[in-house]
Amino acid sequence: MSRIVSIEGRAMPLPGHDIDTDRIIPARFLRCVTFDGLGEAVFADDRRQSGQHPFDAPHHQGARILVVGRNFGCGSSREHAPQALAKWGIRAIVGESYAEIFFGNCVAIGLPCATARQAHIEHLHTAVAEDPQIPLTLDLEALEVRLPQSRVPVEMPAGAHRMFLAGTWDATGQLRAGLAAIREIAGRLPYVDWGSPPGSSLGKAG
Amino acid sequence: MAVSRATLFDKVWDLHTVGTLASGQTQLFIGLHLIHEVTSPQAFAMLRERGLGVLYAERTVATVDHIVPTQSQQRPFADTLAEQMIRALEDNCAEFGIRFYNIGSGSQGIVHVIAPEQGFTQPGMTIACGDSHTATHGAFGAIAFGIGTSQVRDVLATQTLALDKLKVRRIEMNGSLHPGVFAKDVILHIIRKLGVKAGVGYAYEFAGTTFEAMNMEERMTVCNMAIEGGARCGYINPDAVTYAYLKGRDFAPQGADWERAVAWWENLRSDPDAQYDDTIHFDAAEIAPTVTWGITPGQGIAVDEIVPRPEELPGEDRPLAEEAYRYMDLAPGVPIVGTKVDVCFIGSCTNGRLSDLREAANLARGRHVAPGVKAFVVPGSERVKRQAEAEGLHEVFLEAGFEWREPGCSMCLAMNPDRLEGRQLSASSSNRNFKGRQGSASGRTLLMSPAMVVAAAVSGAVADVRALLEPTP
Repeated sequence: MSRIVSIEGRAMPLPGHDIDTDRIIPARFLRCVTFDGLGEAVFADDRRQSGQHPFDAPHHQGARILVVGRNFGCGSSREHAPQALAKWGIRAIVGESYAEIFFGNCVAIGLPCATARQAHIEHLHTAVAEDPQIPLTLDLEALEVRLPQSRVPVEMPAGAHRMFLAGTWDATGQLRAGLAAIREIAGRLPYVDWGSPPGSSLGKAG
Repeated sequence: MAVSRATLFDKVWDLHTVGTLASGQTQLFIGLHLIHEVTSPQAFAMLRERGLGVLYAERTVATVDHIVPTQSQQRPFADTLAEQMIRALEDNCAEFGIRFYNIGSGSQGIVHVIAPEQGFTQPGMTIACGDSHTATHGAFGAIAFGIGTSQVRDVLATQTLALDKLKVRRIEMNGSLHPGVFAKDVILHIIRKLGVKAGVGYAYEFAGTTFEAMNMEERMTVCNMAIEGGARCGYINPDAVTYAYLKGRDFAPQGADWERAVAWWENLRSDPDAQYDDTIHFDAAEIAPTVTWGITPGQGIAVDEIVPRPEELPGEDRPLAEEAYRYMDLAPGVPIVGTKVDVCFIGSCTNGRLSDLREAANLARGRHVAPGVKAFVVPGSERVKRQAEAEGLHEVFLEAGFEWREPGCSMCLAMNPDRLEGRQLSASSSNRNFKGRQGSASGRTLLMSPAMVVAAAVSGAVADVRALLEPTP
């Protein structure tokens, strides 16, 4: 498991609030059994309609840090949304706030989402507008975004923060370490036994 | 830091806590895992990559809903991608021994419709599903929430999740609803007042006489849309209404287990002196039939109001409102009533249950869909469809000019052939009015109750359902 300590690269500002996961990856692209190929479809409808979407701007090609507004990733639980961003090349997100499921999905795939105050987001927007090539570093240890001439403090919930720094953001291994405790809790929950209907042919927990 | 104590949420959370992870997150046991074809195939692929099995296969239930066509369900599906997805689910369920309600099984349907109707959903459970509307199951006093695909993998492999505990907000509403006002209006009203992100970090406890007076299907409609207010889950404390609904269902506790279950459920209710992180009061009498005019479920108004003028909105809401006026092509200051509609959709995990269809049929009886309007009804499950047909509801709809379809998610998110075309405007009983949500990148959605959808269908335009109600003697 890899630690995620800092992400360096160019930033891409994405203006607007309450951007839902239907916009990040429209439902028709969910007709798939793998996440492959989602990168090309990220913001498909917004891009076609606007004609000058940040994801199509030549100077933002190769950007690694996405800068967003409030309540980013609201709506559908589809992990396809962070997957599409990551497959396009986004390695970290800095924004005012995130919808809960989206944030959890990002942690689960190793895509850190940091929050920053509105004024600091605006500062990042301005800096990138002035020079799209400006290099940024999201430093998770110092909890700041560094620009050549300035720095911006960011925050992250303590649990997710620790997981990125420790390289434990992929939860499966840690969860499996608790197998004995899992069985014990299951054994104490009365409904686990009520749940087996008469004539059920399915096996017990393996 | 959460301060809630002795709420149902706290009790259920504690009972399901396996331990605290190094990250500080809680490892939470998941009592019921619901899966479907869209968010599970990649999770099974991850399991295989890691050589893992499904730990509690008998606590996992699968169905197919999102990509299912609602006209011909002949296999193989004409849509080869959809066919590939349903095959993947069939294969995964067979390989891992998971109970699967396939098309034609008699019990297939939208995952949030079939689990309650078969009694899988019970009070005090933790429930997870790779779908944000898992919040629906909170109607039974379960803690139920949507997860992503990597988390689906985690639940399959360990029956647990790594989670941060939520705060608890009590949303207390008292009083009776006016005629023509339904559960859908209640939740649209709450989201309108609190906003689409007010619930982030919270579980919503819906409490008070208004919710107590609701039947289970109405409660499901309310909890279903907790996620649209930003809350990860919403719930209502279990009571006699809950128990009466559950008793006798296929997977509900039976015999001596039933008595034990009711005693356990009673103890899980929030204590009278429970402590909440926050409490907000509403009065049921202030709610009118509600309809959205914008591109988030929070952009709603009473049906007799005008589309809000920018200057009447708080400053921070204006940019999104401007975006909504442009996208929806609706002018500020103009009444929403009379807005022409092209498509009318009754269905979805919010409003595709039997009581929704009964209400809609009652209003559709003896009326006719306006010329040029496409109106269709999609039952939430095979059981809902069967029962509706036994009551003759399908004949009412067909005579009124609605199409009567096979069960599925349909045009709520339009992963199947049911889609808006171009700039079409739909009156929809579903849960999201996001840009492009109903399958056309420029299609437009007005959310409303099924009764209001019927009013729109027969009027050809947004209409106040109260005008269709029989005058009381």
